[in-house]
Amino acid sequence: MDNVSITGAKIYYTIPGINYPITQTVVNAWIAMIIIVGVCIWLTRGLKVHATTKRQAVAEMAVQMAHNLIRGNMGEGWGEFVPFIAAILSMSVVSSFMSLTGAYSPTNDLNTFLAWSIVVFVLITYHKIKAKGFGGYLKSFTEPIFVMTPMNIISEIATPVSMALRHFANIVSGYVIGLLLYAALGAFSKMLLFWLPGSLSAIPILQVGIPAVLNVYFTCFSGCVQPYIFCMLTMQFVASAASTD
Amino acid sequence: MERAIVLAGSAIGAGLAMIAGIGPGIGEGYAAGKACEAIGRQPEAKGPVTSTLILGCALAETTGLYGLIVALILMFVNPFIGKL
Repeated sequence: MDNVSITGAKIYYTIPGINYPITQTVVNAWIAMIIIVGVCIWLTRGLKVHATTKRQAVAEMAVQMAHNLIRGNMGEGWGEFVPFIAAILSMSVVSSFMSLTGAYSPTNDLNTFLAWSIVVFVLITYHKIKAKGFGGYLKSFTEPIFVMTPMNIISEIATPVSMALRHFANIVSGYVIGLLLYAALGAFSKMLLFWLPGSLSAIPILQVGIPAVLNVYFTCFSGCVQPYIFCMLTMQFVASAASTD
Repeated sequence: MERAIVLAGSAIGAGLAMIAGIGPGIGEGYAAGKACEAIGRQPEAKGPVTSTLILGCALAETTGLYGLIVALILMFVNPFIGKL
């Protein structure tokens, strides 16, 4: 039986002094960022007022889609929010798809999502304070009655935590299930093919193809739906924080 | 010996944590049934109903996935070994 080891990100290097570890997550997140920035630069090179190239049409379509997403969920007047949502969406999808190449995906690490949801939490708080004023923000914790204050504080903290955990659990469950199935198929094909002579029986024939079907669901489907949900929730929370009812 | 008891307890706890999978299963099945009803009543609204269903199902999965996280932590991180 193969040993299944499920580990977190490996630490490549620790910066001495501040004790800051450079992990696989950090390196691969930078690779994903470089890929996204490269694609953006390549798409937006030589823009013209009247689109003549396919490249410009694709770029315009992507920007249009992001604008429509924001306008459909948050209403008018949130134009400055488009780059943020588009950045999180593309970053998450690209990092999830990185695991198809066998690289360690940054979305397999809870820290990635905690960082994103802390940003979202800051945004929500900023928009609440901007809409109601600092006093109004503090007062909103005592609504509907002051006894509810601990509950309101808990729900305020639970929002980013649940957003991070939801996304992380979806991605990592696919990773773990894929890994377990891969090991199980290897052991199963060894059991099935023990009668073959020599090293021929060591070829894990069942490991070919079958895990790929699972990957299509967990990486391609879950890796696209979950970032979308993360962005939807971000938009809903920020829009409801900014509304002064 | 103590280590073995802690490991066994962790494994049992991981199994119990996955009972959390029942809730989302029932909930998502109910939602999918309702979506089928809605599409049967209004076949032209298939697109929006399907996208809302997928969004709702992915949200409803969350509670089950919390259980999964607890199970994974118990099995692969073994937080109670350090408390011996």
